[in-house]
Amino acid sequence: MKTGSRRCSPACLGAAVALFVAPASAGHAPSDTHAYVGARVIPISGSEIDRGVLVVRDGKIAAVGAEGSVAVPAGATVHDVMGKVIMPGLVDTHSHVGGIGAADSTGPIQPGVRVYDSINPLDSGFRRVVSGGITTLNVMPGSGHLLSGQTVYLKMRRPEGDPPRTIEALFIRDHAGRPMGGIKMANGTNSIGGAPFPGTRGKSAFLVREQFIRAREYAEKIKSATGEDGVVDESKRPARDLGLEALVDVMEGRTIVHHHTHRADDIITVLRLRDEFGFRVVLHHVSEAWKVADEIASAERSGGVLGCSVILVDAPGGKLEATELSMETGAALARAGATVAYHSDDWITDSRLFLRMAALGVRGGLDRGEALRAMTLAGARMLDLGDRVGSLEPGKDADFIILSGDPLSVYTKIEQTWVEGRKVFDRADPDDHLHQVGGYGAGRDQTPYLCCAGGSGS
Amino acid sequence: MAVRPSETTIRSMFACSLAAAVLAVLVSPVAWAQVAIRAGTVHTMAGESIADGVIVITGGKIAAVGPAISTPIPPGHEVIEAAVATPGLVDARGTAGLTGVFNSPHDSDQIEPSAAVQPALRAIDAYNPRERLIQWLREFGVTTLHTGHAPGKLVSGQTIIVKTRGNTVEEALVRSPAMVSATLGPSANEGSGRAPGTRGKQVAMLREELIKAAEFVEKRRRAQGAAAGASEGAKDAKPATPPERNLHLEMLGEVIEGRVPLLVHADRAQDIESALRLREEFGVRMVIESGAESYLVMDRIKASGIDVIVHPSMQRAVWSAENQSFETAATLSKAGIRVAIESGYESYVPKTRVVLFEAAIAAANGLGFDGALSAVTIDAARILGVDDRVGSIEVGKDGDVALYTGDPFEYTTRCVGVIIEGEVVSRVAR
Repeated sequence: MKTGSRRCSPACLGAAVALFVAPASAGHAPSDTHAYVGARVIPISGSEIDRGVLVVRDGKIAAVGAEGSVAVPAGATVHDVMGKVIMPGLVDTHSHVGGIGAADSTGPIQPGVRVYDSINPLDSGFRRVVSGGITTLNVMPGSGHLLSGQTVYLKMRRPEGDPPRTIEALFIRDHAGRPMGGIKMANGTNSIGGAPFPGTRGKSAFLVREQFIRAREYAEKIKSATGEDGVVDESKRPARDLGLEALVDVMEGRTIVHHHTHRADDIITVLRLRDEFGFRVVLHHVSEAWKVADEIASAERSGGVLGCSVILVDAPGGKLEATELSMETGAALARAGATVAYHSDDWITDSRLFLRMAALGVRGGLDRGEALRAMTLAGARMLDLGDRVGSLEPGKDADFIILSGDPLSVYTKIEQTWVEGRKVFDRADPDDHLHQVGGYGAGRDQTPYLCCAGGSGS
Repeated sequence: MAVRPSETTIRSMFACSLAAAVLAVLVSPVAWAQVAIRAGTVHTMAGESIADGVIVITGGKIAAVGPAISTPIPPGHEVIEAAVATPGLVDARGTAGLTGVFNSPHDSDQIEPSAAVQPALRAIDAYNPRERLIQWLREFGVTTLHTGHAPGKLVSGQTIIVKTRGNTVEEALVRSPAMVSATLGPSANEGSGRAPGTRGKQVAMLREELIKAAEFVEKRRRAQGAAAGASEGAKDAKPATPPERNLHLEMLGEVIEGRVPLLVHADRAQDIESALRLREEFGVRMVIESGAESYLVMDRIKASGIDVIVHPSMQRAVWSAENQSFETAATLSKAGIRVAIESGYESYVPKTRVVLFEAAIAAANGLGFDGALSAVTIDAARILGVDDRVGSIEVGKDGDVALYTGDPFEYTTRCVGVIIEGEVVSRVAR
């Protein structure tokens, strides 16, 4: 009931949040078991299955396999998906939907600012996200800062069949119940500007090093104020500093750095800083990674570098550091042994056409299997979510998409998107269709993130 | 001298192509090599596609096209094989060559900021044929490009039609000027107290300029008429003073007299309607560009008989274009409106779009394969008025062909060869 849920009290919202944290905790009737029968299944974790069965129970994947080898449980709701293709929900490691705004113009390094305090979950950008088959995404602040704040990992849930009205409904929580996210950093030209922003690459690295050294000292002070019993002596504890706390989480490996970086030497600078401060990092965009693929792969083997999240756009340039981009970047990285994911960078590219990224990767020489993995499991692992999403395996969240045909064909349509066993997008629904193809009203509530485009609105 | 519009067009085109031909022979001895193509499928865009077809290009022109079994390849022709051949693609509207890959002041000549109305700005004085974006487009099969001053000013300047090759603009040139670029909607507002600042002011200013141009044309006509009368010995004819030269009004005069179309970038339905109202008032030739909400005013567009160069399918759906649709081209086409698909203008990344990719999205969203290929070949050529030379593979037309490993619109298909007027200008796989 729309009206009722709109007027949900704070207490009711709290209950709703708790429900989403542990959707499978309560007992469920047999009707909560669903079997999707007859589709070609691309589990990512194994070979493609010509005619498969996917069994979902209580929002989790219960079984997946070939027809005949996997039984349809008694009492299960059977979905005939003959002729369709099923694959895991896509994982977008880098998106800017939701009208985001984190760090402001007062300084280049603002790790205490959380992007989720800015997101409008009703933004129609999220409707486009699910219409593009994306079920998990990393919403990030922009690249106009050396460190623009804390990112948030979201699940495109659709509780009670309606679009969610609170960002809490979309959180992915860690074992302690905290919303998961990373830290957004950038180097190169986007984060260079007038004071207090750095004016050069040298100054950029200096400012980052200075801040991480401060955070290290902050951590040491806390450590020395902590007794052997783990209790902190509040009289010796340094004053709380939200920014330094966030950087300590980064240096202790709890939070992953998502680092915008394009030019080959900028990529190497990230690796150098990583070696000094020991953070875990995903290299994002990496337009010139093809020039230093061996170095990236070697850093990944040494640990700490989780791989590259690549963007492909339809032509080079538009800014100096993207003039050397190549459709063959994914293939070059894979050949060198580095892990490859793709991202939309929405609004740089359109979430609705996210699968196109994998197909262009194949056009650029990437193996089909690796390209599909790059859209799903590889991205999930770059968000520390590889054990929960990104492949169709028993025990994982039932996040999957139903396609009209091969995922790499331009003519294929995403027909349905499911998150944790619930349908969140259906092309047959007129309103969902409007958001997938566009048309009058599709832009309602949408707030594009402009970042560095410079151009004025029209 | 009273000159009929068609004569001017034909004469200037002839002069241009003659000059280009002479230059091509002098500068580039390989330009008119003899090439033949054998392809599993030839999409001629003039009748049915040909299975196992042959295209023979001799002297830069298509000399023969047909099934391999009945189309002999003359001796002395290099034979290039591919799975699929299409006409070289025609990008109905872009800015590459005036915009460059670096997006820096030295390669960004698409908008001159000092005034809202500058129709005298010529694209030939700014086009860089060696720009990397031109090479990028060429290597995906684009051989003809309508480029020039960008949307974003009430009247930003002129456009040109070029082939995506050549070392100088003269070598590349097909037509100059092609159109005059205008914009209606908030992106044409000047801001900070300068005019125009509203939709109403935009139309008022444009009407004023067109009225001035019409008066200029009339004054010039009267002076010419009087001069002609005097030479015929009419003694009592008063000497009429010709108007002072005014390059802006001279160009808008070309628009008023119907020799050069007004290309109006308009996204919101009310901006498209304003454009059509101007067309009705002044009787100018007009093409609508972008047209994000054109599906709301199809009846009026159709009644006016004008063509629409539809926005790139993947253009960002924001601001005035927030209601655009992947299905816009299909919806208009089904209503009987001729459409092309443009690469448009991009202020950031990607610095240019590629009509091959934009047409692919339209193909998959209701326009279909044939409709989408038409929108970037023969129908684009018709809208630009160059279908006598490009847009289809027919005997006598320019030898412009793009070669693909399969369905050109499939993401994973690669463009493996591009030929312009018989010259193989790309052999890389893209």
